[in-house]
Amino acid sequence: MLTEIPFLSLAIWFPIIGGLIVLATGDDGNAPRTRIVSLIVSVVTFLLTIPLYTLFDITTPAMQFVERSASPWIEAFNIYYHVGIDGFAMPLILLTSFSTVLIVIAGWEVIQKRVAQYMAAFLIMEGFVIGVFSALDAMLFYVFWEGMLIPMFLIIGIWGGPNRVYASIKFFLYTFLGSVLMLVALIYMYLQSGSFGILDFHALKLGSFEQTLIFLAFLTAFAVKVPMWPVHTWLPDAHVEAPTGGSVILAAIMLKVGGYGFLRFSLPITPDASHSLDWLMIGLSLIAIVYIGFVALVQQDMKKLIAYSSISHMGFVTLGFFIAFSIYDRTGSMSGAAMGIEGGMVQMVSHGFISGALFLCVGVLYDRMHSRQISDYGGVANTMPKFAAFAVLFAMANSGLPGTSGFVGEFMVILSSFKANFWYAFAGATILILGAAYTLWMVKRVFYGEVANDNVKALKDLNGREYLIMFVLAITVLFFGLYPNPLLEVMHPTVDNLLQHISQSKL
Amino acid sequence: MENTYLGLVLAPLAGAIIAGLFGKQVGRAGAHWVTILGVGISFILSVLVFKHHVFDGGATYNETVYTWMVSDGITFQIGFLVDQLTALMICVVTFVSLMVHIYTIGYMHDDPGYQRFFSYIALFTFSMLMLVMSNNFMQLFFGWEAVGLVSYLLIGFWFKKDTAIYANLKAFLVNRVGDFGFLLGIAAVLMYFGSLNYADVFALAPSLKDSTVEVFPGTEWSLMTMVCILLFIGAMGKSAQVPLHVWLPDSMEGPTPISALIHAATMVTAGVFMVARMSPLYEYSETALGFVMVIGAITAFFMGLVGIVQNDIKRVVAYSTLSQLGYMMVAAGASAYAAAIFHLMTHAFFKALLFLAAGSVIIAMHHKQDIREMGGLKKYMPITYWTSLFGSLALIGFPGTSGFFSKDAIIEAVHASSVPGADIAYWAVLLGVFITALYSFRMFFLVFHGKERMDHHTKEHLHETPWVVTGPLMLLAIPSLIIGYLTVESVLFGDYFKDAIFVLPEHNVLAKIGENYTSEIGFVLHGMMAPPFWLAMGGLFTAWFIYMKKPEIADNIKNNMQWIYKLLDKKYFADEFNEAFFAGGSRGIGRLLWRNGDIRIIDGLMVNGSANSIGWLSSVVRHVQTGYLYHYAFVMIVGLMLLLGWHLF
Repeated sequence: MLTEIPFLSLAIWFPIIGGLIVLATGDDGNAPRTRIVSLIVSVVTFLLTIPLYTLFDITTPAMQFVERSASPWIEAFNIYYHVGIDGFAMPLILLTSFSTVLIVIAGWEVIQKRVAQYMAAFLIMEGFVIGVFSALDAMLFYVFWEGMLIPMFLIIGIWGGPNRVYASIKFFLYTFLGSVLMLVALIYMYLQSGSFGILDFHALKLGSFEQTLIFLAFLTAFAVKVPMWPVHTWLPDAHVEAPTGGSVILAAIMLKVGGYGFLRFSLPITPDASHSLDWLMIGLSLIAIVYIGFVALVQQDMKKLIAYSSISHMGFVTLGFFIAFSIYDRTGSMSGAAMGIEGGMVQMVSHGFISGALFLCVGVLYDRMHSRQISDYGGVANTMPKFAAFAVLFAMANSGLPGTSGFVGEFMVILSSFKANFWYAFAGATILILGAAYTLWMVKRVFYGEVANDNVKALKDLNGREYLIMFVLAITVLFFGLYPNPLLEVMHPTVDNLLQHISQSKL
Repeated sequence: MENTYLGLVLAPLAGAIIAGLFGKQVGRAGAHWVTILGVGISFILSVLVFKHHVFDGGATYNETVYTWMVSDGITFQIGFLVDQLTALMICVVTFVSLMVHIYTIGYMHDDPGYQRFFSYIALFTFSMLMLVMSNNFMQLFFGWEAVGLVSYLLIGFWFKKDTAIYANLKAFLVNRVGDFGFLLGIAAVLMYFGSLNYADVFALAPSLKDSTVEVFPGTEWSLMTMVCILLFIGAMGKSAQVPLHVWLPDSMEGPTPISALIHAATMVTAGVFMVARMSPLYEYSETALGFVMVIGAITAFFMGLVGIVQNDIKRVVAYSTLSQLGYMMVAAGASAYAAAIFHLMTHAFFKALLFLAAGSVIIAMHHKQDIREMGGLKKYMPITYWTSLFGSLALIGFPGTSGFFSKDAIIEAVHASSVPGADIAYWAVLLGVFITALYSFRMFFLVFHGKERMDHHTKEHLHETPWVVTGPLMLLAIPSLIIGYLTVESVLFGDYFKDAIFVLPEHNVLAKIGENYTSEIGFVLHGMMAPPFWLAMGGLFTAWFIYMKKPEIADNIKNNMQWIYKLLDKKYFADEFNEAFFAGGSRGIGRLLWRNGDIRIIDGLMVNGSANSIGWLSSVVRHVQTGYLYHYAFVMIVGLMLLLGWHLF
C-alpha cells in the first residue's frame, strides 16, 4: 500500500513546484510569509524522504522505489522517465533534504533582499539534486545534473560577495566544461546500446580503449565536482563569494554528486579502465589530502580554510572508492575493499554535516562582524560562550576525533588502504596531524585569547534560531560518530554487488 | 556484572553532562556534588570489581556492550574487558580522580568557570575508564583520543592566557603525531590479524611471530616489530617519551588539579598501560622491546636532568613525571610489565600527592610559582609540609615507601634483562636515582626550608589551605607510604596478574629476581645495601648541602658550566627546533604550495591562462568580422575561386 506511493517523484517535484510557487507569489513585501512557505515546503520534502529510509529493504542490492514511465519521455532517443534508488543514493537524498531545511532556517532573517528568489533557488535546487541521485536514465540524469548548476550560479551571482561575478563564472565554466565530455560519453554509449538506461550501461560490453576514453570523460565531469586536485581552484573562490546558505549547499551536497558519479557511472561502466587507471585516482586523492592540507594551514580567510579542508577531506572519498583494485592486486581478493567504499560513502555524508556546520559557524560570525578574516577575530569565546562550545565540537569533528562522524569515514578508509599499500595509509593518515593543525589553529586564533577588539566585545551569543541549527547538527555529528551502523547497514548489499560487478572484467 | 561495569563508566559521564549542560541551573555546589557523586559511585563500584576479581577469583569478563558498526564482515564493537590489570587501573583512576574532585572545590573556589571545570574532569574520568576497560583496539583509540580532547580543553581552561592556548594546541598536535603511528598500528593489526578484538589478536599472535612484511620494497621486517613499534609511537605521544615529550611541561599551564590527575597520575600513563596490555604482542619482538627500553631510558635520564634547573614549582614536578614515565617504559621494555604497572600505581599516588601539594603551596603563595621566591613554608603549612615530605621520599625510593618497592624492582629487572639496550638502560635508571633525589629535595628545601624569600604582602597572608585541599593530601599520603609494602608480594612476585599479562619464560626477569625474594622486610633490608639507596641518599644530601648549607655553590656551578646550564635550561632546544623546523616548515610548505601551485600554476597558467588564450584567439578571429560589405564580398569571391579551382584541378 504505502510502497505504491511514488515517494521519489514526490521528493523530486514537490520542492521544485513549491519553489516555483514561492517564486511566483513572494516578493520582499511579504517576506515573512515567503519564509514560512519555504520552510513548510522544505520540511514536507524532508518528511517525504523519510519513508525512503524506513521502507528501504536493506537486504537487496536491487533498485528500489523504481518508477518508470510506460512510454518514452522522448521517443526518438528512447529516453524514459526512470528513477530508483539503492544504498548509495538513499543516504545522499536524505542528506540533501535534511540540509535544505537547515539552509532555509539559516537564511531566515539574514537574507533581506529578494527573499522569494533566494528561497526558491534552494528549493528548486533541492529537487534537481534529488533527481540527480535518483535518475536511472542517463539523459534524465544529465538534465538534472546541468539544471542543478543554474540555481547555484544564481545564488553566488546575486547574493554573493564583492567578487561574485568572477567566482560564479569560474564555477559555471569549470563545472560546465567538465560535464560536456560526459555528455559525449553518454551519447556514445547510447549509440552502442540503443538505450539511455544507466543499468543498461552497466551491462554494456566495452573495449579497453573505449573504456579508457569514457572513464576520462566521466573523470573530468566528476573530478571537477568533488573537487579533486588539480581542478579544485573554483571551490575556494565559490565558497568565499557565496552566501552562507550557498556555501552549505556547495559543501554538503554539490560536492557529493561528484563522488556519487564515480559509484554510479565510472566504476560499474568502466571497471577495467578504473582498474588500469586506479594509480591516477589514488595519486590525485593522496595529493589532495596532503597538498591541500598544507595549503589549508596558511589560509587567512576562514571560508577559504574550510573550503580547502573540504577538498582535503573529499580526498578520502575518492581514495576509498578506488582502493579496491590495489587490494585485489595485492591480496588476490576483494576482501577489505568494501570497507574503503563504505568509508568513502560515510565520509561524504559526514562531511556534509561537518563542513556544513563549519560554514554555518562562519556565517554566524560574518552576520555580526562582516568579516571572514581570521585576524579580525580573537577571544570570541569570551563573548559567545555557547557558540564557541559548538564551534569547538565541529572543529574537533573536522579534525576526525573519534566519537564524531568525522572519524568514521577516515578510519575506515585508512584501514582499507593499509591493505592496499602501507604508504597509501601513511599519506592518508597525515590528515590526523594536518587536519587538527589547520582546524585547531584557526579555533585558537578566532575563539581563544583575550577579546581582540571592540567589535568582538560587542558580539551577541547565538539567538534561538542559530542555536537550534547548531544543536541539531551537533546531535547528528555525535550520533553517527557513536553509532554509525544504521548508516552502514543500508549500503552493504549495494557495495557487495558493486564489488562483485567490478571484479569481473568487461573485456 | 554488566550493569556494574556500565554504571561504573556512565556515572561520571552523567555527572559531566549535568554539570556541563545545566551548569547554570544546578549552580556551583550542584556541579561539584553531582560530579563527585558520579565519580564516588564509580570508585565504590571499582573497589567492588577489584574485590570480585582479585579476592573472589571472579573470571575475566569480556563482553560486547553494543555493535558500533559492521563493515566488510568485520564487527567493530564497544565492549569491556575486565581482568586483574583493568581492576587495578580503574581503582587507581577513580581514587585519584575522586581526590582531585574534592581538592578542586578548594583550588578553583573563585574561578568563574567552576562548573565547566567539574564537567571536564568528570568527562575525563569517563574517557579514561573507557580506555582502560576496552576489549578492542578501536575503543582503545576512542578513549585514547577522548582523553586527549579533555586534556586539550583543560590545558586551555584559562583560554584568555596566551601561553595556555599555545600549550593546548601544542599538546594536541604532538599527541596527534603519536596517534598517527598508533592508527597505522591499528590498521596493521586489522590487516594481519583480521580482527580488532584483543582476545582474537592475542590468540593469533604466537602463530604470526615469524611473519614478515615488506614496508620498503626489498626489505623484510618482522610483522610483530612493525606492529609494536607503530603502536608504541602512540604511547610515546600520550606518555610523553622523547622526542614527543615536549608537550607535557607546557601542559602545566592548565590548573593544578588536572596536572595531578591527567598529566601525572592517569592519562600520561596510558601508554605504559597500553604496552602492558599488549604484552602478548610485545613479547614476540625483542627489537620492539629494546626500542621501548631505550626510549624510556633516554626519557628517564635526560628529562630528570632538566628537572634540576627548573624554577617553576610545577615544572619541576612535570619533568619528574617525564622521568618517572621513562622508568615505567624501561620496565615494560625489560618485559617486567608487572613492575611497570606497579610503578604506575605507586607513582599515581605519590605524584598526584606532590602535584596537589604544589597546588596547595601555589594557593598559599597567591598563585606565584617560582620556588626562588618561596622558602620556610614549613611553619605556615604543616600538613602540606609533611605530606610533601612523604611524597618526595616515595618519589626518591626511600626504603619502605611505596616508590622504593616499585623503583627498586625496575632497576633490578633491567639489570637482569637481556633485551638489546638493557645495559645502557641500567645505567640510565641507576644514575637517574641520584638525579631524582637531587631535583626533588632541591625543590623541597627551597620551598619549605631556609630563608623566607617571598614579598611582605604574601608573607602576611600565608596560612595552611582549607580541609578540602589538605584532606586529599592526607588521603593520598597514606597509599604513597604503604601501598607498596602491602602489595609488592602479590603484584610483582605473586600471580596477581594471572593471564592479564603475558611474559615468555626467557624474558621473565621478575621471576629471576623473585628467586631471591623472601619477604617485604627482606626486600627493604636488601634495598638498603644496594647502590640505588646510596645514590638516593647522596642526591638528598647534595641537595641539602648545595641549597641549604652553601647556596653559593649553586651559582658557582652555574657560572662555571654555562653551556651545560644553558642546554638544560633550554631543554635541549627541543622547542626551538620543533617550532622552527616542523611548525615553520609546514607553514612554509603550505605557502609555497598555495602561492605557486594553486595561484600561479593552476589558476594563473591553466585556468586564467586558457581563458586568456581563448580571449586572445577570439580577438584575432574578431578582425575577420569587420562589418564592411566589400570585405565580405571579397572573401566570398576568393572562396568561390578556391572551390572552383579545387574542382577543376
